[in-house]
Amino acid sequence: MNHLHVQAAYIISAACFILSLMWMSHPSTARRGVLVGELGMLLAIVGTLMLKEVVSYELIAAALLLGSAIGVPMAYLMPMTAIPQRTALSHAFGALAVALIGVVEFGKLAHAGAGFSFVSGALVFEMLLGLLTCTASLVAFAKLQELMPTRPILFKGQTLLNLAVFLAAVGLAATLAMHPQGGLWLAAFIVLAALFGILLVTPIGGADMPTVIALLNAYAGLAASAMGFALGNQLLIITGALDGASGFILALIMCKAMNRSFANVMFGGFGQVAAIGAQGGEARHVRAFSVEEAAMHLEHANSVVIVPGYGMAVAQAQHKVSELYQALLTKSVDVRFAIHPVAGRMPGHMNVLLAEANVPYELLVEMDEINGDLPNTDVALVIGANDVVNPAARDDPASAIAGMPIIEVDRARSVMVIKRSMNPGFAGIENELYHLDKTHMLFGDAKAFVAGMVKEITGGSPG
Amino acid sequence: MTSTTFDSDLLLIFMLAAFLGYQLIKRVSSLLHSPLMSLTNAIAAVAVVGAITILGEANATPLAKVLGFIAVTAATVNLVSGFLITDRMLKMFKKGPRS
Repeated sequence: MNHLHVQAAYIISAACFILSLMWMSHPSTARRGVLVGELGMLLAIVGTLMLKEVVSYELIAAALLLGSAIGVPMAYLMPMTAIPQRTALSHAFGALAVALIGVVEFGKLAHAGAGFSFVSGALVFEMLLGLLTCTASLVAFAKLQELMPTRPILFKGQTLLNLAVFLAAVGLAATLAMHPQGGLWLAAFIVLAALFGILLVTPIGGADMPTVIALLNAYAGLAASAMGFALGNQLLIITGALDGASGFILALIMCKAMNRSFANVMFGGFGQVAAIGAQGGEARHVRAFSVEEAAMHLEHANSVVIVPGYGMAVAQAQHKVSELYQALLTKSVDVRFAIHPVAGRMPGHMNVLLAEANVPYELLVEMDEINGDLPNTDVALVIGANDVVNPAARDDPASAIAGMPIIEVDRARSVMVIKRSMNPGFAGIENELYHLDKTHMLFGDAKAFVAGMVKEITGGSPG
Repeated sequence: MTSTTFDSDLLLIFMLAAFLGYQLIKRVSSLLHSPLMSLTNAIAAVAVVGAITILGEANATPLAKVLGFIAVTAATVNLVSGFLITDRMLKMFKKGPRS
């Protein structure tokens, strides 16, 4: 009975994963969390290899080696700006593994001529979620990598088509669960489930990617849990549930930070509607600062709050922004960074970029915490953010982003906004902030402009 | 290992783990949401154990072997790159000189 070792290994492994998430709560213990997670994984794999059902090791060793050979360079060579893409891709890989295992197990069940059972139901659910998460994540990856347009892709009858495909997939799933069989029915089910995943994400715009990625994370977790049910494996159920809970909480936080519902993100086609609202905007007067003026303004401030957005990531400006922070530090200016929950393309995106550029993490302040301090802030410097600082979200109930919590830079003593031109941004919503008396626009590429200011501040100092 | 009857203990385990997960994740600082995502992704790659069982079975069909091989490889890519990249990200989070 070698199963006793296996059970023990699985129980300790589950404990390791729970500890891993517990230690993840704070930067000071998080790396310990990774270590204990790795230990849990090692135990789970070694335990499984000891199962007496597992008799041939050659292919397993080859697959483990091949996977590591791809995974190691991927982890070390991936630039930090590509983290959202990598996350989407890893959801696709994970879901693919789960779906394939489901197909094989289901094939065995069909071969044995079994009827409806709890297991056949769980397997069908596992395949459905696994397949749709896999293709949906691939579409999300393609959008993030800009292999396809990041704009929402909408067409007539889209909702109807999606609904029809979904119902057909669920109908086939139910049939297969009742009468497990391979062949054409299974193939049709696989195609429909995969197709539904593609249709699901195609209409969703780039700005909604943080929510979508979190939601796909939750689906991947649920699929792993379903597999645990099918195989009677408690470890898989637990880790799937932990992963699923994580994805759902992150998706909820993202939705709350945009004042929108799941349904609205998934079916809203945001960005398209908003673009219509921007049509009426006539050319209005704005004030602009040159590099020299902007640098001088920052240098003479006591406190500066920098608000980064996706534009900073696009311009790859995070290192220059960090240099600006260093330069202002030598002038005894108090600099902090205000991070909106949905800034960027995935949860926590801005934090990772700024941490990479050597900005200490205590200076990365959450929205709710910084808003109270903004009225006493001399300069709010907005770099590549737009909607998350748009006062219309707070003041104009008719705005497309009404009710979305914002970083209230308009309450600061003065505002500077780095922007390429006055063209409406991604969501295309007119931003009153740019026309306030206290706002100055800094026109140009974010990276070049910030670099110019750094040069002014460091070079212009006597001694 | 598989049983065809319904086992309510499994649902109980799922429910408890989901509640535990909710409590644990809620406490994670928003600072670390990106590494959290890659960590949970790596942990979820424990699905590799299901794939290993398929691939190592004595009477696996050629099709099962091919699919099992792809599944083990995909899950291994995830767990290896997931843990490593999480650690790489966390290494960058440094405390400032002032505190």
